[in-house]
Amino acid sequence: MNIAAAPALNHEHDTHAGPPRGLGRWLLTTNHKDIGTLYLLFSLLMFFIGGSFALVIRAELFQPGLQIVNPYFFNQLTTLHALVMIFGAVMPAFVGLANWQIPLMIGAPDMALPRMNNWSFWILPFAFALLLSTLFLPGGGPAGGWTLYPPLALQTGQAFPFVILAIHMMGVSSIMGAINVIATILNLRAPGMTLMRMPLFVWTWLITAFLLIAVMPVLAGTVTMLLTDKFFGTSFFNAAGGGDPVMFQHIFWFFGHPEVYIMILPGFGIISTIIPTFARKPLFGYASMVYATASIAFLSFIVWGHHMFTVGMPLAGELFFMYTTMLIAVPTGVKVFNWISTMWRGSMTFETPMLFAIAFVVLFSIGGFSGLMLAIAPADFQYQDTYFVVAHFHYVLVPGAVFSIMAGVYYWLPKWTGHMINEKLGRLHFWLSVVGVNVLFFPQHFLGLAGMPRRIPDYALQFTEFNMISSIGAFLFGFSQLLFLYNVIQTIRGGEPATDQVWEGAQGLEWTLPSPVPYHTFATAPVVE
Amino acid sequence: MATQATNALAVAHRRVVRRLLLVVAAMFVFGFALAPLYDVLCQITGLNGKTGGRVAVARPVAVDETRTVTVEFVASLNAGAPWEFAPKVTRMAVHPGQYYQTQYLARNLTDQRLVGQAIPSVTPGPAARHFQKVECFCFNRQAFQAGEERAMPVTFIIDPELPPEVRTVTLSYTFFKLDDAGG
Amino acid sequence: MACHRIVRAGAMALGGALGAWSGSARADFAVNMTPGVTAISREVYDLHMLIFWICVAIGAVVFGVMFWSIYHHRKSRGAVAAQFHESVLIEVLWTVVPMLILVAMAVPATQTLIRMADARDADVTIKVTGYQWRWHYQYLNEGIGFFSVLATPQDQIHNAAAKDATYLLEVDQRLVVPVGKKIRILTTAADVIHSWWVPALGWKRDAIPGFINESWTLIEKPGVYRGQCAELCGKDHGFMPIVVEAVPEAEFQQWVATMKARNPPTTQAASGGQPL
Repeated sequence: MNIAAAPALNHEHDTHAGPPRGLGRWLLTTNHKDIGTLYLLFSLLMFFIGGSFALVIRAELFQPGLQIVNPYFFNQLTTLHALVMIFGAVMPAFVGLANWQIPLMIGAPDMALPRMNNWSFWILPFAFALLLSTLFLPGGGPAGGWTLYPPLALQTGQAFPFVILAIHMMGVSSIMGAINVIATILNLRAPGMTLMRMPLFVWTWLITAFLLIAVMPVLAGTVTMLLTDKFFGTSFFNAAGGGDPVMFQHIFWFFGHPEVYIMILPGFGIISTIIPTFARKPLFGYASMVYATASIAFLSFIVWGHHMFTVGMPLAGELFFMYTTMLIAVPTGVKVFNWISTMWRGSMTFETPMLFAIAFVVLFSIGGFSGLMLAIAPADFQYQDTYFVVAHFHYVLVPGAVFSIMAGVYYWLPKWTGHMINEKLGRLHFWLSVVGVNVLFFPQHFLGLAGMPRRIPDYALQFTEFNMISSIGAFLFGFSQLLFLYNVIQTIRGGEPATDQVWEGAQGLEWTLPSPVPYHTFATAPVVE
Repeated sequence: MATQATNALAVAHRRVVRRLLLVVAAMFVFGFALAPLYDVLCQITGLNGKTGGRVAVARPVAVDETRTVTVEFVASLNAGAPWEFAPKVTRMAVHPGQYYQTQYLARNLTDQRLVGQAIPSVTPGPAARHFQKVECFCFNRQAFQAGEERAMPVTFIIDPELPPEVRTVTLSYTFFKLDDAGG
Repeated sequence: MACHRIVRAGAMALGGALGAWSGSARADFAVNMTPGVTAISREVYDLHMLIFWICVAIGAVVFGVMFWSIYHHRKSRGAVAAQFHESVLIEVLWTVVPMLILVAMAVPATQTLIRMADARDADVTIKVTGYQWRWHYQYLNEGIGFFSVLATPQDQIHNAAAKDATYLLEVDQRLVVPVGKKIRILTTAADVIHSWWVPALGWKRDAIPGFINESWTLIEKPGVYRGQCAELCGKDHGFMPIVVEAVPEAEFQQWVATMKARNPPTTQAASGGQPL
């Protein structure tokens, strides 16, 4: 098939100088750059919303005693904080980066299915409006944790069908997005770009998209079962009818564990792009990185039981999940070693994207170490459902996934907008974030080890000091993100003109394009040597 | 030429999309299939305290007089189940291969007709599959008239395949009130 | 070195300031898991520390290499980038060596897990039932049962009174158990999933409605051990603590007798079987 002769996919624009004007542009766009922008701006908004829930949580936890919110509302905040951050901030941000970058990196004019791309995005504002509106219902929003365990989740009031519908909508959006990514990567690569010559960001997204296709439908199935248990007399998870609440946990975490890898693999791809650029050296062990990513994805399907070590699983089950979970440390470690080997004997400079990438390697690894500790089932009997777990997943998600997203934005923003970011502000944002994120989450390891359970609005006195420190860190980290918002807006509107190359060590098709990239690119596919 | 290429591309996209949608559908069905699959797995392996289910016929089995196992009987009420519910006997010394009968006593504490369901659970895990019930009040819904009290029987046998290291088996029933009092 | 001292001084100043500021709170910077008061809790603690130190060692080496590289391989220092970018040998090495380290970790972990799974031959069996939002304890052989409810007054929770030292960790009726005897704990729940956790015993177990789980403990030291519910169970999940009081055997028997006198058992607890 001669892709080189493929015409631009949007014939209407052939007669226009650039993108259409007005609100209609954003509502009707099928352009991957526009849709990428929409996803990224949406995710930034959700990040601040989810972040403000977190600040209320940390404000309540600043001191023992109930000061600000009642326990039931507190539970709604923790539930929605997680749902918003996972499904509204992290995942859409990675999809936004995929939309912007995948076509540019593989030399394609757009995503494979541009109209479906538009629908994938526009479902999300509706889904989240629905979800967040539950806060204003009598009885409030969902308060049983984002993990929705029955029977507790079935005690949710009027909000319940709203939440289930919102989750279905988010799932449809993700599945459509994943289908689009796979079709694009498989069918639209420029001639000469074999799979093993693709940038690693594209590889990690290809694998992530397969994970999404495999597990989002399982989530859909399991929340539907919750729905029918509540409204249609089924007893999937109701012991009285012969069902089992633990079965929910099995099915949920069968989705849930691959989900957390969905939330980090694209981040691995971003780091694998940034470090070689600023070390001015090729990525070490490209093939190994691909295999490691694929191994992580495969293993992610057989570890789910580690979220359930305390339910009373038979010994054989506990041992199996312990061993498989420990095993996942191996390919993850391989990736870290490869990044460091890329840096080794490079010629490094430390612009803002690189600062975030380095912080990612260190802080994500710390999250990985606490993950390894959690994998040890008998020890997990002490860690499970405590702040040790909260510390672990926040380390891998915040200085992990979120830092990688910010690194990617800082890295590609000059190419998208034609303006360099404000480097001083970027540096300030970085240092405040690094200090803030550690002050916020490191003490939570101690809290968990000292015996503080999670999802509680008030605590015993011996947990006071570290809670105070953590809350201070939360406000420091939270408000520092306004610097990022400011920098992004400022860079979109103007700034030092960026060259096409932007970063001295940058490699890849996107850097062969002008900065800013034109509205339509690669109408004729480049030939890759 | 351009149209041919576009068509070829559209065909390629459709093929990928079709296959992926099939995977999506399959995984959606798989999610639901996990429910019965889970039950089957639990019954075969005895995981999760699910007992061996009802034994249809009282078949003759060799009694192992040399081995004594303690069976404990425990009763729980789910919240909102307004009964008094307790085992008549809290423990029995039994031989594997021998049939035994015991009873659970229940009393409707309200002045209305109630229907309840008892759900069994056995611990330790490796024992569950070997604990077989010939007759059990947990097989059926139990209707109680206002204030009614009665003894509900359980006839069980522990099969001699019970792992040798198990010395105590605990049978627990949780009594739930069923919403539909009509049955 | 001076840098290190400054950081420590700063941390202590911060800690002191916070301690003073928090008023009635005890300044407590507990950073680690408790070794607990049972053989199992100590094993768990040892396992935790083993894995922790292995992680610290690996981290020190890996981050050490990385920071060394950041310092030395900088463009501003005149470093020129090498171009090597793969080595099958090294990939194999850093795949196999971590696997061996993991196997080394898995062995003691497996042994501890197997020991924790053996709940046989207990001296006392207690059925623990989680409710929204309190625990119920039933001593199966002694024939006593009672609810155990948070004893902290609402005034303290709503900041109208000073918080006492056992804030949120005291109950009206403690779970009294004998020291030195094997105690089997059966957990279940009456409404939603709860989880019974006393850190000093070294484990937690979920309490699931309709199902029964068994665990065991053998407390070596008399004392009062406090824990909390560890599975989100609704609005007062944070307000249903557990207090275990381990006492010498004689004192335990006395306590049982007192409880029985207060609440005579309603069902006849009998032994013996009636074979068909």
